[in-house]
Amino acid sequence: MCAKELKKTSRFTEVQAELERTGAALFVDKEGSENLYIRSPYTIQYIHSYAEDSPFFLGLAEGRIRGTRCTACQYTFATPRGHCQFCGEPTQWVDLPTKGKVHAWTTCHYGSEAFLKETPYNLVLVEFEGAKSLLLSRLKDCGEEDIYVGMPIEARFAQEPSYSITDLWFVPAPGSLKK
Amino acid sequence: MVSGGVTKFAKAHPEMDFRLMCKNAFDRARAEVPNLRLDGIDGTRISYFSDHFTRQLKAASMVQDYLGLNPRGSVRIEWGGATGGECFQAAYEAVASGRMDTCLAIGFETMSRVATWKGNEFIALASDTNFDFPLGGFYTGYYALMVMRHLFEYVRRAKFSHISDEREAQRKAIEYGTRVMAKVSVKNHRNALYNPYAQYPKNIDVAGVLGSDMVSYPLTREQICTMSDGAAAAILCTEERAKELTDHPILIKGVGCGTDTMRLADRPFGKVLLMPHEKPSDYAHLEYPGVHSFRAGRSAGLEAYRHAGIENPGKDLDFIELHDAYSSSEIQTYEDLGLCKYGEGYDFVERGDAFLPNIDYGFPVPRAGTIPVNPSGGLIACGHPVGATGLMQAVFAFWQLQGTIGKHFGSDRLQIPKAKRGAIHSHAGTGSSVTVTIMEGK
Repeated sequence: MCAKELKKTSRFTEVQAELERTGAALFVDKEGSENLYIRSPYTIQYIHSYAEDSPFFLGLAEGRIRGTRCTACQYTFATPRGHCQFCGEPTQWVDLPTKGKVHAWTTCHYGSEAFLKETPYNLVLVEFEGAKSLLLSRLKDCGEEDIYVGMPIEARFAQEPSYSITDLWFVPAPGSLKK
Repeated sequence: MVSGGVTKFAKAHPEMDFRLMCKNAFDRARAEVPNLRLDGIDGTRISYFSDHFTRQLKAASMVQDYLGLNPRGSVRIEWGGATGGECFQAAYEAVASGRMDTCLAIGFETMSRVATWKGNEFIALASDTNFDFPLGGFYTGYYALMVMRHLFEYVRRAKFSHISDEREAQRKAIEYGTRVMAKVSVKNHRNALYNPYAQYPKNIDVAGVLGSDMVSYPLTREQICTMSDGAAAAILCTEERAKELTDHPILIKGVGCGTDTMRLADRPFGKVLLMPHEKPSDYAHLEYPGVHSFRAGRSAGLEAYRHAGIENPGKDLDFIELHDAYSSSEIQTYEDLGLCKYGEGYDFVERGDAFLPNIDYGFPVPRAGTIPVNPSGGLIACGHPVGATGLMQAVFAFWQLQGTIGKHFGSDRLQIPKAKRGAIHSHAGTGSSVTVTIMEGK
């Protein structure tokens, strides 16, 4: 095989298409010089440990949302952390309510490649009674036109846990959707 | 700072890898200081953000090697979106500490090596991979969450308190706020029409910005910076050495850096860090920073202003090049940097202080020229090759303060007359780290 057999193009999108097809292509730039591109796959099976965050993810499988509370200053974190961000002291696990309110929200119409097929999806930062910090989650069963700051919402849990943060999501509380 | 150089930022530079891009930026900087020989550079600080984009670990060593600077000292700098700003300050510290007489700060990013949405995934890995990323990790989404709360805190409460239906009042606030945000995007795209280094100059109007693809509500595509390939370089040295190299050195007058929690969800609800010209009663009921403001930006600004002896930034600075990855974050940053009070960002846009007087934006800008922000076009129009971006700002600010914009841009249109003092502002992941640097001309 010699370079002459490679497809030459001055369109970058055609380079990408050609790489998918044959694995190599020549991009011809404005000055006429030929730049060789090759396809170069890169996949990793990562061994991810939740370590000190593990009880939170095990809790989701039991239908519980577990935050942490500082043993010294009593600040309650809705997104758990092993040590307090204010005084550095250890925290202990506490159960949070499964009802909350929307603190902030958006609807994503695009996303990272891994989530493109799920678009559009709603992201919400959730406020809980008794917790001072927030938790990021998805809000399902409603659209962009329904959501507002302060909207009451309720937790739902996956029947079959995947031990991911996606085992938990929220839906509008009964009666909170626009009539 | 005695010289700077930038490659044109582009969607892709197929003809250059990261080493050659850096070489080009470096050679452009060297061309301005012909008396500086290669062996007159004592060491380097080299920045790039993502090993995923580069797919080459220790890429900074390959830059050092390609530039012919071995065996002198070098360090790779990475700090998310603020990588370039951190690199600039690291070079400043190398000189200010007396360790080097002359230090090169150089940075790059090659983001074209993966498709755009894969690139977004790489960037989103700079969010917590236990709690944030798996939910749909997407930085535009995170910033959309932040501006939604900003709109709620300041626009819904201040401008639509007469509407009792909560949902309707919030919709009006979003509608009003996004029109103002669109004006920021128009400003930056139209300023960039006169900057030949910019990737996306565009004669766009408010309707065009609002009508572009919705990415994360309420942020449309034209309010978001893009992926870029590019490199930028800045040469810093001691005052004595600077006088040997150029008639127009620019002084680094102050540096500041601030940080905040990686997860938005962890941001506290406390008291505002006050600027010298603010008082506690200005913010009696505001819980801060929450997710509406960048505490790291305020913290960085305060440190840099203190260092530079700045009391009132809106009066004491002539321009700012700031990190407008989103039109919304430019408005939030006006407030963090004390150009106006928290809550006044939208009115600040409407008054026009941050606009240039000699550019037609298609809407009135009554106070244009008071303190131009992103006269170059910012990230929205120039592009955002992460490791180069903060250094690009340094180079554009350097040219402004030298009064050499005409020479470098081929037109004087973006030159701010008699610019004496400017700030550059580099910002990472939802405001988890921010740098501010004050630069001063003669």
